[in-house]
Amino acid sequence: MLTAIFFVSSPVLRANEASNSDEIKYAEEIEKEEFKAGEMIIEHITDSYEWHIITIGHNHISIYLPVILYDQGKWIIFNSKHLHHGKDSYKGYHIAKEGFNAGKLVRRNEKGEEVRPDYDISITKNVLALFISAVLIIWIFISVANSYKRRRGQAPKGLQSMLEPLILFIRDDVAKASIGHKYERYTPYLLTLFFFIFFNNLFGIVPFFPGGANLTGNIGVTGVMAAFTFIITTISGNKNYWMHIVNMPGVPWWLKIPVPLMPIVELMGIFTKPFVLMVRLFANISAGHIIILGFVSLIFIFGNIHPVAGYGVSIVSVAFGIFMDLLELLVAFIQAYVFTILSALYFGMAIEEEH
Amino acid sequence: MQLINPGFGLVFWMTLIFLVVLFILKKYAWKPILASLKEREDSIENALKAAEEAKKEMAELKAKNEELLKKALEEKDALLAEARNIKDKIISEAREKANLEAKMIIENAREQIEMEKQATLGEIKNIIASYSIEIAEKVLREELSDKKKQKSYVEKLLKEIQLN
Repeated sequence: MLTAIFFVSSPVLRANEASNSDEIKYAEEIEKEEFKAGEMIIEHITDSYEWHIITIGHNHISIYLPVILYDQGKWIIFNSKHLHHGKDSYKGYHIAKEGFNAGKLVRRNEKGEEVRPDYDISITKNVLALFISAVLIIWIFISVANSYKRRRGQAPKGLQSMLEPLILFIRDDVAKASIGHKYERYTPYLLTLFFFIFFNNLFGIVPFFPGGANLTGNIGVTGVMAAFTFIITTISGNKNYWMHIVNMPGVPWWLKIPVPLMPIVELMGIFTKPFVLMVRLFANISAGHIIILGFVSLIFIFGNIHPVAGYGVSIVSVAFGIFMDLLELLVAFIQAYVFTILSALYFGMAIEEEH
Repeated sequence: MQLINPGFGLVFWMTLIFLVVLFILKKYAWKPILASLKEREDSIENALKAAEEAKKEMAELKAKNEELLKKALEEKDALLAEARNIKDKIISEAREKANLEAKMIIENAREQIEMEKQATLGEIKNIIASYSIEIAEKVLREELSDKKKQKSYVEKLLKEIQLN
């Protein structure tokens, strides 16, 4: 959010300290444009090849991340600063401005159409955020595990006592309650899932580096986690689970023969469950960010009309922004919990015995 | 569209990183954490169970003690009652025995008295007989001398006897 304020403030505040000609050109370019809230918001909640940290005057401070492509049989690696404002393309690649691939690196094929490189495994903003959060999560939990080893049989202390209720909550009220007596096999996955989502939701709320990446509001990230849940559910599925899909007991026969209506619905259900998991988390987190950014945008929209209006609206916007941020804290927990408990329920369904 | 178009790179890195995080946490975090949580829960449960058992044992011990005390008291009462009975019995027996002995002594005494009386009576009879013979002898002798004298003598003798 703070980043947003600084970023969008560049057209409003005039300063003449641009470092290079590109910057000046870009600054003039956007100065001519009106403030577009939609574009700004989308830019903030989607992935990018650089990590824009702050803009002071006309100085953009960004981390330029490496672009790693494997295209047409060869590796292409370069710094994303070459794609920076004002340059059309580097090594034949540029960032698409519109269309399905908007914001992503593309090249022009023979027909002049924009196509994605074969494999684009660039370290983007979200990937870097992913690295940081992964390291942080591993560090936190290994240190907690060490304090468990050190303080054997004693009451928890410090970080350990802060995280223990959550660990117990996931183990007892999510895993044990939804899966049953075989819960121990799935507990590590569910714990990892919960804390991964929860911590990344929280990092997403923090508006400045190294937070601020909209990781759990990215459909790719939620999709991967949903896919893991799907894979584990499908692998764990026992005879009873598949029988329920192929031949649902307790359903009139004419729903199965001659038109296998129930099996089709059940078969679709296998895929809709993880799909819904993916969309729910992505939509909830993105929506929260969009609303907060929207409130911030209001300040600049009114500020463009008249500076006084901007100041006036800022009071209301900040108040609503704070409210939304607090709501986001709640959502961060709830969505992590919902993703985890639904995964646990699907595992429970997959290994449920006939009764 | 941008929002729902997942980047291949992000999916690739996410899969890799999530798996790495999952395996590292599983091995180095969840395993020791869950194990020590379980250990702690077990030890608490065991301690509670042991306390409950100790409580039960205490209660049992107390009940046993009480029973023992009760039994001892009963025994004491029984002993006392028995002692009292024995005492009464001894006393009554002694009294009976004494009575019997007394009776026997009295009987014996009576018998002896009877016997002595009989003996005395016999002796008296003998004495009377010998006196009678003597008297008769003397009478017979007097008769031989003087009839009057004889007569008075007999009378005198008789008077003498009466005096005896």
